[in-house]
Amino acid sequence: MKFGSLIFANLFRKKIRLILTIGSFAISLILFTFLAVVYSAFNRGIEIAGADRLVIENRVGLMLTMPVSYADQVRAIPGVKYVTHDHWFGGVYQEEKNFFPQFVIDPENHLKVYPEFVVPDDQWNTFVKDQQGVIAGAKTAKRFGWKVGDRIPIKNSLYGPTKTWELNLDGIYHAKTADGDESQFWLQWKNFDENVPAAVKSTAGWYILRLDSPDDAVRVAKAIDAKYANSSWETKTETESAFQAGFAKQFGNIEFLILSIGSVVFFTLLLVTGNTMAISVRERISELAVLKAIGVRDGSVLFMVLAESMLIAFFGGVFGLLLAWAAIPAMSAKLAGFLPPLILSKTLLSFGLLFAVFVGVTSGLIPGIGAMRMRVVNALRRV
Amino acid sequence: MIRVDGQGNGKSLIQVRGLSKTYRRGGEEIQVLQRLNLDVDKGDFVGFMGPSGSGKTTLLNLLGGLDVPTQGSITVDGDEITHMSGSKLTQWRARHVGFIFQMYNLIPVLTAFQNVELPLLLTKLSKAERRKHVETALSVVGLTNRMDHYPRQLSGGQEQRVTIARAIVSDPTFLLCDEPTGDLDRKSADDIMALIEELVANHGKTVLMVTHDAMVAARAHTTLHLDKGVLVEASKLEQGVVAGGVA
Repeated sequence: MKFGSLIFANLFRKKIRLILTIGSFAISLILFTFLAVVYSAFNRGIEIAGADRLVIENRVGLMLTMPVSYADQVRAIPGVKYVTHDHWFGGVYQEEKNFFPQFVIDPENHLKVYPEFVVPDDQWNTFVKDQQGVIAGAKTAKRFGWKVGDRIPIKNSLYGPTKTWELNLDGIYHAKTADGDESQFWLQWKNFDENVPAAVKSTAGWYILRLDSPDDAVRVAKAIDAKYANSSWETKTETESAFQAGFAKQFGNIEFLILSIGSVVFFTLLLVTGNTMAISVRERISELAVLKAIGVRDGSVLFMVLAESMLIAFFGGVFGLLLAWAAIPAMSAKLAGFLPPLILSKTLLSFGLLFAVFVGVTSGLIPGIGAMRMRVVNALRRV
Repeated sequence: MIRVDGQGNGKSLIQVRGLSKTYRRGGEEIQVLQRLNLDVDKGDFVGFMGPSGSGKTTLLNLLGGLDVPTQGSITVDGDEITHMSGSKLTQWRARHVGFIFQMYNLIPVLTAFQNVELPLLLTKLSKAERRKHVETALSVVGLTNRMDHYPRQLSGGQEQRVTIARAIVSDPTFLLCDEPTGDLDRKSADDIMALIEELVANHGKTVLMVTHDAMVAARAHTTLHLDKGVLVEASKLEQGVVAGGVA
């Protein structure tokens, strides 16, 4: 690149302006990245949902339960491989802010339906035998400094008067994939069933089934809903990804919110960089005219302007992404319990950088085309 | 030999025939140049004078391929440039024309060396070859010891010398100078004119120069006046002769 020295020299011509533009780029990139990781966190459940899993919930909504006896009936439907049931526990550890997802699980079938979670055999065997036992996700255990064998008091007021459940941490589970959810907390169904009011006994919050083949999903879902149609507990059966999407929607239209803010960030950035480049090109219109006079082609002039705006965007993007990379784990820790874990993946980093470069090229396009089309004679006359 | 009657032998380096340029301003047509003829041989040094708005710079822009005429033709070293496309004209300028401007128009963020090197970046010369050419050009203008200085670290006369070095570095067919001393004091102007004379006398350069300054114009081999869009040879201006051969 023969004009590299000229491009770099122009880039550092106004250092304060360069720093401010790179700074505005970096701040916007942090905001953009934060929005993207929040969006990704809400959708992670949908992305990693098993294609061969269905979820059955009460037709009225998740707040209502279904008889636990459905498990055996559903298992009998052809195409169903395993069935397990969960219940929302909704307790609090020490303080209200220490929130994390707690599920009452069926130990016999849970890991058959969720093979993506791993618990060491000895820990799992202890848990199965211990009615007051619990298994915690690695992230939650790390968050509260728990070790296997700890006694964990969980305060609960969802099922009768407020009561503290004294539980034993029998094991810690890990996810097989890096983006797997390691924040859950699993309680024994038997313990739960014995200690809740009569109205809740022998019920399941929702069922999760694993199918022989994902191709059976529609047929099995229809069969289940038809089976319980007109019963006291009608069901709604859907794929796990549809269930997760519905769950995420309960927080509001996150996608619209994030897209709206993201669009504002994008256009603001476009205007800031576009304005910087327009001023920069206008300031050296006579220099560009001289370059064209001595034989530099129109395309090369456009390239020089685009390269400059792209470099500003690139440096701003890298700086912003580095800051985001450093800040997001801290943010994730602070927001734990309110938001799913925030993970800045390599894909998001690459997308962020591409986004930055795209904004850079787009913002340099109008001043660049202006410089390319500029008539040398007119530009020299202005000097 | 310089002629303005269009009767050249066809072997001149620059041949201008029937050149007209009309601008439209606010619905009114302004004819700046009218069926102008000019023949300039290799090694000639011609000065153009005339009142403001007489068309001197317009003529220079047309000769340098920066603008296109309304009518007529310009042929340089056998190439008819008036019908060249924009990109061809750009290539042609890079190869054949060296520009020297009144305001120097150096790139302030580049050193003297880098400014002079710019036209060579359009060639296929290696870095070492480019360096050799730039050092030669800077030695011709006497600025070898200032090659790492930025324009802001140079005087006006030195800046104009760098501009001249940039104009000659690619060994163009001819040099176009638009008020080369217009922004300089008398001493610096004399030095610059001496340098241009040296380029003509010792290096065989062909120079076409626009100036307001009669003393500067007097240093050209021939001075032509532009009056009402027509070229008139200085010595014949007083006699009212509009066209004719000039020795």
